[in-house]
Amino acid sequence: METLLSSLRITVATMVLCVGGYTGVVWAIGRAVAPDLAEGSLITAPDGTIVGSRQVAQAFTQPQYFWSRPSAVDYNAAGAGGSNKSPTSRDLTDRAKETVAAYGATPENPLPAELAAASGAGLDPHITERAALYQAERIARARQLPVDRINQLIDRSAFSPGGVLTPDRLVNVLEMNLALDNAAAP
Amino acid sequence: MIQAILFVLLIIGGTALLSWPLGRYMAWAMDPGAGQGKPNVFTSMFQSIGGPATRQTQNWKRYVLSLLGFNAVMFVVCFAILALQQHLPLNPDGRQALEGSLIFNTTSSFVANTNLQHYSGEVAMSYLSQLAALMWLQFVSAAVGLAALAALARGLAGRTLGNVFVDVQRATFLVLLPLALVVAILLLFTGVPMTFQGSAVATTLEGVQQTIARGPVAAFVAIKQLGTNGGGFFGPNSTHPLENPTFWSNVLQTVSIIIIPMGCVWMFGRILGRMKHAAVLFAVMLILMGARITGAIGFEAAPTHAFASLPITQDVGNLEGKELRFGAAAGPVWAVVTTSTSNGSVNAMHDSLNPLTGLMPMIGMWLNEDFGGVGVGMINMFLYIVVGVFIAGMMIGRTPEYLGWRIEAKEVKFAMMGLLSHGFFILVGTAIFAVTPWGAATLNNIGPHGFSEILYEFSSAAANNGSGFEGLGDNTVAWNIATGTVMLLARFIPIILPLAIVGSLSTKRRATESSGTLSVEDGTFAGMLTVTVVIVGALTFFPAATLGPIAEHVMFMK
Repeated sequence: METLLSSLRITVATMVLCVGGYTGVVWAIGRAVAPDLAEGSLITAPDGTIVGSRQVAQAFTQPQYFWSRPSAVDYNAAGAGGSNKSPTSRDLTDRAKETVAAYGATPENPLPAELAAASGAGLDPHITERAALYQAERIARARQLPVDRINQLIDRSAFSPGGVLTPDRLVNVLEMNLALDNAAAP
Repeated sequence: MIQAILFVLLIIGGTALLSWPLGRYMAWAMDPGAGQGKPNVFTSMFQSIGGPATRQTQNWKRYVLSLLGFNAVMFVVCFAILALQQHLPLNPDGRQALEGSLIFNTTSSFVANTNLQHYSGEVAMSYLSQLAALMWLQFVSAAVGLAALAALARGLAGRTLGNVFVDVQRATFLVLLPLALVVAILLLFTGVPMTFQGSAVATTLEGVQQTIARGPVAAFVAIKQLGTNGGGFFGPNSTHPLENPTFWSNVLQTVSIIIIPMGCVWMFGRILGRMKHAAVLFAVMLILMGARITGAIGFEAAPTHAFASLPITQDVGNLEGKELRFGAAAGPVWAVVTTSTSNGSVNAMHDSLNPLTGLMPMIGMWLNEDFGGVGVGMINMFLYIVVGVFIAGMMIGRTPEYLGWRIEAKEVKFAMMGLLSHGFFILVGTAIFAVTPWGAATLNNIGPHGFSEILYEFSSAAANNGSGFEGLGDNTVAWNIATGTVMLLARFIPIILPLAIVGSLSTKRRATESSGTLSVEDGTFAGMLTVTVVIVGALTFFPAATLGPIAEHVMFMK
């Protein structure tokens, strides 16, 4: 009986402090100091509609846009997930064949592996710099721009996520595509 | 390669350094007045919060029964919240009722500090379920582990065990809560959301609607990592860009996985007053973990085999199931760290790891002691110590002793029961599910990899880990009941038996250590302990490993 009573008292105390107090403090700090990040890093268009989240990949299929990495959940940000296929799986080979065809990759111009491999959550917002450069020509053709303009944009946007610890530079696909559209707008 | 080495040094080395002051603090918090039994201001505060039952010192039986009593209350509260979530507030996205066996599995999982998830957070759970049921258990279940370790250490030091209700509050309020607050605030700045608004609906550049789930993630993720819980706010855990947005959030989360388990070793040493012994244990654990990290990074550098025949570059490692922002070494390092401890969060999909890389986390769960879960990792190591000391004693022909306590048949029996139950749950469970539709009908991959999915799931449940080869369709009644039961048994057996051993030791007279005593502070002991862990822990599972990951490697990787 005493055990039950003490257990209940500790339950109440931990609920109040760890669920109520702790959550409240973290929420209040987020709201006060980094409201944009705390709300999910949303990007809004000038008319107020939400275009997406800076941190969440979205589907790009049209030739004038940079394409995101493949997504096993078709970029569903309300039910994310990976393929969970073994790297030896035939299913992965079949899926990669479609990706190879979409990019028109050839043995002379092989597809960067990161564009064939699906990410863990299916929402990876980044591609590598070389994967972006790989797509530059298609985008230039679709937008009737010199390919140098695209390459310059890539070079300006690329960043090292971990400084010296990550040699491969990345670009954010959604931000690059927004930049492309903005440059095209009159 | 040089980046990978620097990355490991930063994470493992940095955390090892930080664990020293943390261990000192934890010893102060969990065991104030070290031995004098003088209540400090916090002790009296926790006694008045907890009521009359907190004022007595408890023998091992009382301590265990009270611990189980508190866990029963934890179970009921969580079960009730999950079962009623559709009627409760803080449910902006209108999450519906959960199925009965899933509620049982999820409640067992979070009570047992496992966080095996047969649901997907952003699909199934209301914000209230996430916070008041699941995140609450992430605090108190970790606190229970820490309390049990403190009691074990006091018992081995020849003192009374203390009071579980006071210990749980010490662990929650003095250790976990302040650390979680710091980590949660840092996570906010890396871009982890913390909002009570429901999903955002976006219209993408190509004009498609995209619903973006979010929520009070930062608070949840901090304690998920620190308490070796591992249950993600979102289904794909820390691979999700809103749960782990940057390279640095990944570093912070990796450090948060191991810092308390590392600190536990130092806390154990301080309560015992045997820091040299703690250093030897720390070194053994570090070596066992380091070996698997090295292996995992090496194996994962091989490119995705499925792309070999296609016009795809083969100069980077396997990227299926991985996020680019964390860097190449982050996936394998996390995979090992999260299974060395009983955390079980992931930053890459373990199902898509190269076959032998996938073996490394499995070995971690089989051993389950370097550094192990919060509190319970060191307790598991204690079981290996008892067995190791016994074997060494037999070899040199002396009565086995540990810290002056004579280890006899009863203690060794208890220790072996604890260690063998682990293998029993994993191997028998795997065998049953591999030959019945319960397991065979739920696989996402064929051949040896399918077997690995079953083996991994039972290893994860029995190690109270919670990670998975997530392709497995595990939200079935059979999986929910089987793993739910295994998680509860595998949680409490290795807490009860060590405390029973201490109870048995405390009835004996403690010998003074002499030059003839087997030292527990030198390299010989470290070697003996390592060998015991590898032989008892790993060889038990070697036949199963050959049927799963090793067979897959031989078949495909040549």
